[in-house]
Amino acid sequence: MSDHKEVLFGLYDDEEIMMDAIRVANKEHLEIEDVFTPFPVHGLDHLLHLSESRLHIAGFVYGAMGTLTAFLFMSWVFTRDWPIIFGGKPYWSVPAFIPITFELTVLFASIGMVVSYYTVNGLAPGVENPYLHDRITDDKFCIAFKTNGASSQDVGKMKDFLSRTGASLIDSKII
Amino acid sequence: MSAVVSPIREPLITGSKTYHDITEDICAPTERAPGLAWTIAMALAVGGLATFAFSVFWTVYFGIGTWDLNRTIGWGWDITNFVWWIGIGHAGTLISAILLLFRQKWRTGVNRAAEAMTIFAVICAGQFPLIHMGRIWLAFFIFPYPNTRGPLWVNFNSPLLWDVFAISTYFTVSLLFWYTGLVPDFATLRDRSTGMRRKVYNFLSFGWTGSAKHWQRFESLSLILAGLATPLVLSVHTIVSFDFATSIIPGWHTTIFPPYFVAGAIFSGFAMVLTLMLIARKVLKLEDYITIEHIESMNKVILLTGSIVGTAYLTELFISWYSGYIYEQFAFFNRALGPYWWSYFGMMACNVLSPQIFWFKSMRRNIFVTFFMSIFINIGMWFERFVIIATTLARDYLPSSWSYYVPTWVEIGIFVGSLGLFFVLFLLFTRVAPVVAIAEVKSILKSSGDQYRGKNAVPHHHHAHDDHGHH
Repeated sequence: MSDHKEVLFGLYDDEEIMMDAIRVANKEHLEIEDVFTPFPVHGLDHLLHLSESRLHIAGFVYGAMGTLTAFLFMSWVFTRDWPIIFGGKPYWSVPAFIPITFELTVLFASIGMVVSYYTVNGLAPGVENPYLHDRITDDKFCIAFKTNGASSQDVGKMKDFLSRTGASLIDSKII
Repeated sequence: MSAVVSPIREPLITGSKTYHDITEDICAPTERAPGLAWTIAMALAVGGLATFAFSVFWTVYFGIGTWDLNRTIGWGWDITNFVWWIGIGHAGTLISAILLLFRQKWRTGVNRAAEAMTIFAVICAGQFPLIHMGRIWLAFFIFPYPNTRGPLWVNFNSPLLWDVFAISTYFTVSLLFWYTGLVPDFATLRDRSTGMRRKVYNFLSFGWTGSAKHWQRFESLSLILAGLATPLVLSVHTIVSFDFATSIIPGWHTTIFPPYFVAGAIFSGFAMVLTLMLIARKVLKLEDYITIEHIESMNKVILLTGSIVGTAYLTELFISWYSGYIYEQFAFFNRALGPYWWSYFGMMACNVLSPQIFWFKSMRRNIFVTFFMSIFINIGMWFERFVIIATTLARDYLPSSWSYYVPTWVEIGIFVGSLGLFFVLFLLFTRVAPVVAIAEVKSILKSSGDQYRGKNAVPHHHHAHDDHGHH
């Protein structure tokens, strides 16, 4: 990334202390840039007012594409391109198409969603995303504020908030 | 924390672990030099892999004639091994998908290793149909690709082709599911390491940061993949059973096959998970994460699925008599008392009788009993597939075609060697990746750690007020 981001962050020792801190931040209208945790913390998305993930909608679309691809292709092959009678059954023997149609539905939905997931998250093999602290993937819970263009008074307010709510480490970083 | 847990539930993480302890304990096996046990196991596994490679080379070079297949026994050890391995490959996705939908927390201790086992077992399974083709270099013919022969398409009405789609889809989806769960744990390993090791894990972890939005998407993706993988795992062995059930061979042409195969697959898969985890928890010192409670839960699944399988065996016998159809009656009479009676006996003893020991709680919680049972079940489930395939084919409609089948050293070499392939992959996995899902275990610590639950629980200030969770 070319544009620098100045970040002020605090590390908390427990997710419950961090959750309480976010409640305080919400009350005081402090704008949290992001929260980093070592594992998915329940209820965090509500506290941060994150909108619901739309991956399931994408998954449905990919799955429907798989259904259509498999079913239409097999229908075309056996009724138009090269009709063959197998075991005296009709050319267009729909029940026999069900297993492959099902498998391709699952395959398309899974691959599509996983690719979408990594793409929207900005994750890929070899990507080096800026990180704030080594312990965030271990046992620390991090609340980060963006301080680009913030007045020193605002930064002071954020620092005060972090120390007041029990952050065990407060630091700033340019990423 | 995250959900209400019944007070009678036992702790799933023992030793009063903190989050940092969990990281240390589970990362440790990947960060130290391999021990003697691992080295010996790896040497044996590489020996097996070499046996596999040599036997496959022999088969491909001289042809399928080096096996003892004949008319009418066209499927022997090879397809038995295929169905056996693919059955074993059912436990991982069952644990990670179905138990995720059922919100079973004990899943978190074993899902990572079980999924890895699934992937490796499917890799082993996939070898057998390919080798059986004889001309393995033409294996790509099984895919419907535009070709210069018309194009002449594959037969989409054939259960053998359904198998191709089912197994390749199953492998792909299991791999994606497994890797998606591994990414945050690779990030944990990355942030603990330096130098070259850090570079490798940075590559593997895709630049994971642990952002709240990413976790939200992660959970959404996991849930939907679980929802997709659940019918998928049931479909795969259903379709494998169609290989037999859609034929018109007495003894194969039965509608009970799909549920019976699926139950058998889960049964054998859990047995293999137990075999591996009982050793892994000891060697990798993970007893606090894979507890007796986990073992007991898996033994309950084994008891259930083993009893379903047993009921299916007896139902088959009853229905063959009840059908009044002499060919069907003969097929089952021959299966139990014919020339392969010993394999039927082995199957019944290992799969139906011996798991009944798990009605006793003390047996379900006994590590030695569980270990021997898991081996018994693996043997019994191999016999089941052999019984279905060989006994049926050995007694055709025409008595002049009746024959007996004994495998050659090549067929035995491929089977024993496939165990080598499996263990090489699994042993490498235990060195490279966290064997227990670190992030998932951390997420159940507050509800299932023994300092919060069970007889060692200490009153904790976080539990005093109840405004957390329940969103």
